[in-house]
Amino acid sequence: MNAENTDLRVRGAPLLQIRDLRIEGFSDDRWHPIVRGIDLELHRGEVLGLIGESGAGKSTLGLVAMGYAKPGCRITGGSVTFDGQDLLAMKEDERRLLRGARIAYVAQSASASFNPAHRLLDQTIETAVTHGLLGRKQASLRAIGMFEKLRLPGAGAIGLRFPHQVSGGQLQRAMTAMAMECRPDLIIFDEPTTALDVTTQVEVLASMREVVREFNTAAIYISHDLAVVAQMADRIMVLRHGKTVEEAPARRMLAEPAEDYTRSLWSVRALAQPERSDTEICLKIDNLVTGYGKSAKVIDDISIELQRGRTLAIVGESGSGKSTLAQVISGMLPAWSGKMTFEGRPLPSGFRSRPRDLLRRIQMIYQSPDTALNPRHSVAETIGRPLEFYLGLKGAAKQRRIKELLDMIEMGSGYLDRLPGELSGGQKQRICIARALAAKPELVICDEVTSALDQLVQSGILKLLSSLQAELGISYLFITHDIATVRAIADHVVVMNQGKVVEQGPKSVVLEPPHQPYTDLLLSSVPEMDPDWLTRVLKSRRATPDAAS
Amino acid sequence: MSDPDPLSVPPVAGPGPRRSRRARIRAELKRAPLSAWFGGLVILAYVVLAVFAPLIAPWGEATVAGQPHQAWGGDFLLGTDQLGRDVLSRLIYGARNTLGIAVLTTCLAFLTGGLLGILAALYGGWFDQICSRIVDVFMSIPSLIFALLFLSVFGSSIPNLIITLAALDATRVFRLARAAAGTVVVLDYIQIARVRGESLLWLIRREILPNILSPMIVEFGLRFCFVFLSIAALSFLGVGIQPPTADWGSMVRENAALISYGNITALLPAAAIALLTVAVNFVIDWYVYRTSGMRDER
Repeated sequence: MNAENTDLRVRGAPLLQIRDLRIEGFSDDRWHPIVRGIDLELHRGEVLGLIGESGAGKSTLGLVAMGYAKPGCRITGGSVTFDGQDLLAMKEDERRLLRGARIAYVAQSASASFNPAHRLLDQTIETAVTHGLLGRKQASLRAIGMFEKLRLPGAGAIGLRFPHQVSGGQLQRAMTAMAMECRPDLIIFDEPTTALDVTTQVEVLASMREVVREFNTAAIYISHDLAVVAQMADRIMVLRHGKTVEEAPARRMLAEPAEDYTRSLWSVRALAQPERSDTEICLKIDNLVTGYGKSAKVIDDISIELQRGRTLAIVGESGSGKSTLAQVISGMLPAWSGKMTFEGRPLPSGFRSRPRDLLRRIQMIYQSPDTALNPRHSVAETIGRPLEFYLGLKGAAKQRRIKELLDMIEMGSGYLDRLPGELSGGQKQRICIARALAAKPELVICDEVTSALDQLVQSGILKLLSSLQAELGISYLFITHDIATVRAIADHVVVMNQGKVVEQGPKSVVLEPPHQPYTDLLLSSVPEMDPDWLTRVLKSRRATPDAAS
Repeated sequence: MSDPDPLSVPPVAGPGPRRSRRARIRAELKRAPLSAWFGGLVILAYVVLAVFAPLIAPWGEATVAGQPHQAWGGDFLLGTDQLGRDVLSRLIYGARNTLGIAVLTTCLAFLTGGLLGILAALYGGWFDQICSRIVDVFMSIPSLIFALLFLSVFGSSIPNLIITLAALDATRVFRLARAAAGTVVVLDYIQIARVRGESLLWLIRREILPNILSPMIVEFGLRFCFVFLSIAALSFLGVGIQPPTADWGSMVRENAALISYGNITALLPAAAIALLTVAVNFVIDWYVYRTSGMRDER
C-alpha cells in the first residue's frame, strides 16, 4: 500500500511548496535570522519529519506552513505555496479560512492548548461549525467517529468531559481529532508526544499514524527525537540554525546518514557506562513508606541500596513515585515509616531535623533548570551561595572557587554576571550542577536532569556527570524515564511502578532479558532507530494483549 | 531565541563582559517614551518643591499677608485665600505636607502588608488563614467610612491619619503580595534554598522579594495615588490634615465657594493632585511596559 501511495504522490503537483524561505526574529533590539533559506516540498498523503534541536527553526517552519509567523517574527523572503495558492500574498481573512479547515495544527502541550472551561467535544467541532462546513450535529457525530478511530476509551462520552478530566495522552489524541475534524489536506504535528511517557507515546503515535494514513492526509511531523520521527515520516529533513542539513527518505536517513551532524543527533544512545566493581554502601533505604497528606500513599515499602561512587538509576513512568522518593531522601517530604541510612548513620527524615553539614552532603539537581534557578540571581551569586553558606568561603577565595567550578562544568568565567534568562537550557543545567558541586556533596540526586534538554545537550550533560563522578567519587541517584540515559550512566537499576519496586539489580541483569512483564513493557516502549519498530511493537502487543494492559 | 552554535556548547570562553549598570540605565532612559519623561520630570519638580518649600515659597505657610480673596497678580501671583494667605505659598507647602504623608503611609502599608503577605504565602496553613480572614473583614468595610470612624474615635492627628490609611492600604497590599509570592514559593529554587537551610530573612529578601518586585512596584505607584486621594478626601471632609497646616484637599474645601463666582483658584490644588496622579501613572506604565518586555525576551 505504501508503494502505491508513493506513485500517486509523485504524479500531482506538490501540496505544499516552500521556496527559499527566510524568517527573522526580534530579540536584544536586533533582528536575527531564524530560518535562512529553506526549500521544502510536500505531496498529498506524504509525511515529512522535521528534526533538529531547539532553536533550529523547526517550529517556526511548521507555523509558516499555515502562513503564520509568531509575534516578534517577520518573513523576509521566499514563498509558501499551498495547493497552488500563495499563502504569504493572501489576505489574513483568506488564510484564516484555510486554517483549521484545510491546514490543521497539533501543538506540543495539549493541556495548554485546550480551553479548560469548555468540554472536549465543543472544542473539537468548533472550527468546523464556525467555518460553516458542518452543522453541529453532523460535526459531533464525525468527532465521535474520530475519537473511536483514535481509540479513545468511551468515545461517545469522552467528549463531554473537560480537559482536566482526561489524561495527557488522551488529550493529545483529542487534539488530533480536532485537527482531523474538517478532513484537512495537511496537518502539522509540533512535538505532539514530547510531553508524554514512553508507554503512552507508543499508543498516541500508533493512533496518529493510523488516522493520517487512512485519510491520506499530508503531514509535517516536528520532533527532536529521530527515533519517533522515523516511525511517522516517509521522508526526514534535518534542520540546524535555520538551514537544511540533510534530507532523505526515512529509511536511508537512519541507515546511512550523510552528515556528521545527523549522526550526532543520536549520540546519547552511543554512550554506555562500562561495568564497574562494587564498593561499600553509601545510602541504604529499608521498607520506606510515604505519601502526601495523611492518606495518599505514593511510595509503598521500598528498599534500595546505592554504592559509593556509583550510579543507581531509578526508572519508571510519571506517577510511579520516583520523584517522591527523591524528595524523601533530600528531606523535603517526611517518611511515614521505614529506615534510611546514609554513610553508616541513620538519616533523619525531614530536612529540618538534619544538621547543616548533613544537608551539605546530599545535594539535588532538578528536572527543570528554569525553575531551579532564581531568575534574579546571577551565575556568581547562585554558585557562590553554597560556598558561603556551607563552607564559609568569602571574598577572593570564594571568587576563585566559583571560577574553578565554572571551569569544571566547562563554562568560562565570562558567565559570572549572567542571569539565568541569558543562558541556554543546557547552560542553565550546568549551572545547577555547579551549584550542587559547590557544596562538596557525597550524594547527588539527579531528578530527570536531562529530560528537558535536546539530545545533543543531553549527551554533553551526561558525559560531564560521568567525568565528575570519576574525578570526585560522588554517588548519584539518577531518576529518569529514559532507557538510553540509564544505559549511558547507571551501574544499578531500580524499576518502579505505582510506588513499588518491580525489579532491581545490576544494569546488565535488569536491562537484558528475561524481563518482568512491566520492565518489558517499559523497555519495548522506547522508540528505536528503526522505521519498523512501531509496527513490530504493535504486532507483538496484539499477539499478547496482557502486556499492554 | 538567540542561538549559539550548539556543537560548541559548552563554549570554553565565555561571552563578553556585561554592560555596566550605569550604561544600562542610560540606554534604558534613552529608550523611554515621552510620557515617561514628562511623568518623571513632574514628579521631580514636586519633590523639589516639597523639599525646598521654605526657600521657594514667597510667603510663610500660615502667614496672613494680604486682604482676603485678592485677585491674581501683584504680590500674590495666584491671589489670596479666604483669610488673606498667599495661595501659591500654600500650594507649595501643601506639596510638602500631602506628599510627605502619602509617601510615609504607602511605605508603612507596603512594609506591613507586603511582609505579612509573603509570610502567609510561605507558611500557609493557619497563619495564612488568620491573616487572610482579618484582611477580609477589613476589606468588607468601605475604606472611607472606616477611616472616618477611626479618626473620629481617636482624633484626627497626623500620626493617626497615617496609621489609619496605612492599615487600610496594607490589606490590599497583603492580597497582592500573598498572590505574587504564592506563585514564587512553589518554584524549585525556593525549595532548594529551604533545603539548603537558609534563614527566613534570606528567603524573603533574596529569593522571593526580587521576583515579586515588579508587581509590587506597580502597586506601590497606584496605592500612592489612592492614598493621596484619600488624604485629600478626608481633609475635604474635615477629618484629615488640620488647619492651619496647608494641604491640597482642605484648600479645595476652604475656597470651594469661590467657584460659583467664576474664580478658579479653588481648583488649582485639585489640578495639582490630578497632575501628580497622571505623572505617577505615566512612569508606572513605562515601568510595566519595560518589565513585561523583558519577560518576553526570556
